[in-house]
Amino acid sequence: MSNPEQLRYSKEHEWLSDAEDGVATVGITEHAANALGDVVFVQLPEVGDTVTAGETCGELESTKSVSDLYSPASGEVTQINQDVVDDPALVNSAPFEGGWLFKVKVTEVPDDLLTADEYAAFASGS
Amino acid sequence: MTEPATRKTALDATHRALGATMTDFAGWDMPLRYGSEREEHLAVRSAAGLFDLSHMGEITITGPQAGELLDYALVGNLSKLAVGRARYTMICDEDGGILDDLIVYRLGQQDEQEYMVVANAANAQTVLDALVARQDGFGAEVRDDRDKYALIAVQGPAAAGILKKLTSYDVDGLRYYAGERDLVAGKPALIARTGYTGEDGFELFVSPQDAVEVWEALTRAGGDANLVPCGLSCRDTLRLEAGMPLYGHELSTSLTPFDAGLGRTVKFEKTTNEGRFVGRDALAAAAERAATAPPRKLVGLVAEGRRVPRAGFAVLAGGDTVGEVTSGAPSPTLGKPIAMAYVESAHAAPGTRLAVDIRGSQEPYEVVALPFYKRG
Repeated sequence: MSNPEQLRYSKEHEWLSDAEDGVATVGITEHAANALGDVVFVQLPEVGDTVTAGETCGELESTKSVSDLYSPASGEVTQINQDVVDDPALVNSAPFEGGWLFKVKVTEVPDDLLTADEYAAFASGS
Repeated sequence: MTEPATRKTALDATHRALGATMTDFAGWDMPLRYGSEREEHLAVRSAAGLFDLSHMGEITITGPQAGELLDYALVGNLSKLAVGRARYTMICDEDGGILDDLIVYRLGQQDEQEYMVVANAANAQTVLDALVARQDGFGAEVRDDRDKYALIAVQGPAAAGILKKLTSYDVDGLRYYAGERDLVAGKPALIARTGYTGEDGFELFVSPQDAVEVWEALTRAGGDANLVPCGLSCRDTLRLEAGMPLYGHELSTSLTPFDAGLGRTVKFEKTTNEGRFVGRDALAAAAERAATAPPRKLVGLVAEGRRVPRAGFAVLAGGDTVGEVTSGAPSPTLGKPIAMAYVESAHAAPGTRLAVDIRGSQEPYEVVALPFYKRG
């Protein structure tokens, strides 16, 4: 699997896009989606919520387990992906595209987010 | 004590070549899923799935008193089992607690006494030890045959058609819960019409050295019928929809078969050993309790929401805990979460509205009759 070069990655297996007009997109990686198995339910933060980098902001439920969703950056949620709420399988089929989770108006991005190559190395060892 | 190394089945390389996600299950490295477990599940419901179940534990009982030994050691009436037939039964301890649930096959010829007991992987040693401990005084031999068999299951409405391509055996004539020895893909096999999915299907006990060839022959024969390899993840959701118990979840040593709603497996009217069998007195008391004042009952729960209950979650009525979830999963067939749970009898009637505490939030659930799914 390939992790898009233009994204940044957290060790909790979320990705963060570059901000456009201060707003960045968040999702989970293909590696995480594969590890979860079929995602059947996503609980996302609500628009207007403040999320904090490294803290839980939702959950992803799959056949076998439930996993916390961690925000890779701090800021205010500006949009959630209603398509993925209605069809959580998008997380598995298109984790870096149609399966994105929410957008955040970023106030702080941790400086320890990983590059695509760093994340690939991290994920293969986890 | 060091943990023994994880055991691998004869099909291990095949699973890896298929890109399976593997998981440790009862000390075995087993396929959890190959791709989407939901698609594997739906394939078994609509076409067919191919499973490696070689972790299951086979124990052979032979000798002139093999049937009598099993009547004494298990709760069922196995001496009455006809050759070529199989029975779902249990082995209990003296206080009636369930040590394991089993399928017992009667093999061989009419004038012979040969049985194969199939135990859950996690309990196989316990079952073997109990059978050995209970064999004193019986003209019967208990043999550990766990390494002698690989077990491949083909399950689903297309299973019979696929199997027919690989054997001259009368597949259509084989009844549910029956099994006989013949050839599959030219290899000796015990062909059993049993399974754990709620669908028609077959379990094929073959030599480990033949497992890859039989698996590949089934894969080729099933290509046109959309046969897909299936992992343990979908096996769990298939059996849950079918309302079938899983040891360690719905069954345990702290429950009797009557507590689990499976009192029908206990046969008090045995003609051997003067009716004696291990656990008899405790089970008679348990039968009485279940008939008059059952503490809890095993029920099905269906969600109104989308959050999934898991084993151990509390079941609530009016804020009070009235039960506990034993298994829960998103049901691919129903499209919503389902669970099995033990709940207090007063709250066990179908239609009762209850809640499951899912990480602090009370999610609405309704009691339904089991199974959730029955094949048409």
